Amino acid sequence: MKIRKSYDSKMAEGDLTAMIDMVFQLIIFFMVLINFSQDDQNDKIKLPSSELAKPPEAPLTFPIVLHLDSNAAIYMGTNVVTVDSIAPLLRTEIDLLKSRNQKASDANIVIRGHQGTPGGVVQDLIKKCQDLGFEKFALRVREEQP
Amino acid sequence: MKFESKRGNEKAELQLTSMIDVIFLLLIFFVMTFKIAAQEGDFSVKMPLQGSGGNPDTTNIPIKLRLRANADGELADIVVNESLSYGNDWAKLRGYILELTGGNAPPTPEEGPEVEIDLDYNLRYEHVIRAVTAVTGQRQGDEIKRLVERIKFATPRKPQ
Repeated sequence: MKIRKSYDSKMAEGDLTAMIDMVFQLIIFFMVLINFSQDDQNDKIKLPSSELAKPPEAPLTFPIVLHLDSNAAIYMGTNVVTVDSIAPLLRTEIDLLKSRNQKASDANIVIRGHQGTPGGVVQDLIKKCQDLGFEKFALRVREEQP
Repeated sequence: MKFESKRGNEKAELQLTSMIDVIFLLLIFFVMTFKIAAQEGDFSVKMPLQGSGGNPDTTNIPIKLRLRANADGELADIVVNESLSYGNDWAKLRGYILELTGGNAPPTPEEGPEVEIDLDYNLRYEHVIRAVTAVTGQRQGDEIKRLVERIKFATPRKPQ
């Protein structure tokens, strides 16, 4: 007895629609979450943590982000300086503020200090900024889960 | 006259292979570069240069916080107003601040008592942040209760 094949002789084709949908969703997810900003992150800095840390409710006005690593090197944009040599860079920021009819006291100095940095270096940095007229400081910390 | 269609009856098929290649390449790129950043927050401090403005402490409860470090930069002692020593117990320090402020937040960030933090030069920054945490507030569940809004740093103690 001859048994007839019940299936079609055509090649079996997988339906790719669902897979492509899912892959696109994953791509969009990663694209939205990826952080390309090098200004706010620095791999050399491990921030101290605090249970009181809360993301600011409103964006800071004219933030100047200073990354302070454990060897007391300060990363400001693409420049690497020390506390003693930071003044020219801060003066450039003050000139920029003046061109916008603002003062140094209107800016916010955001200090992202490494947890192992000597506290005295942070004090020196704050003092240097104060000497140039900056008044508002934000000590950035990592949120500690209670 | 009847023209015969040259096209066969088979359905037109899209060539998906190259598109899937590119999509997987993108996916792998994003997966590899993805980094979950920890949530960050700020301690906002207004610190004008001494003698150039700023509201003086009118509460008559000045708090001088002295943080002593050992040779490794770790916290050795917390001394309040040069008299009370708390070792390295931050909870005791917060208790003292709660007692002083009555657990009440200052009416505005520019008012209320001011804490002056005086630390050894080599004290690790994480201990400074712990001190700021202990004096500025207290977490109660999801709420943060503010205690002291005004902090300042003493003149740095440069190593000799």
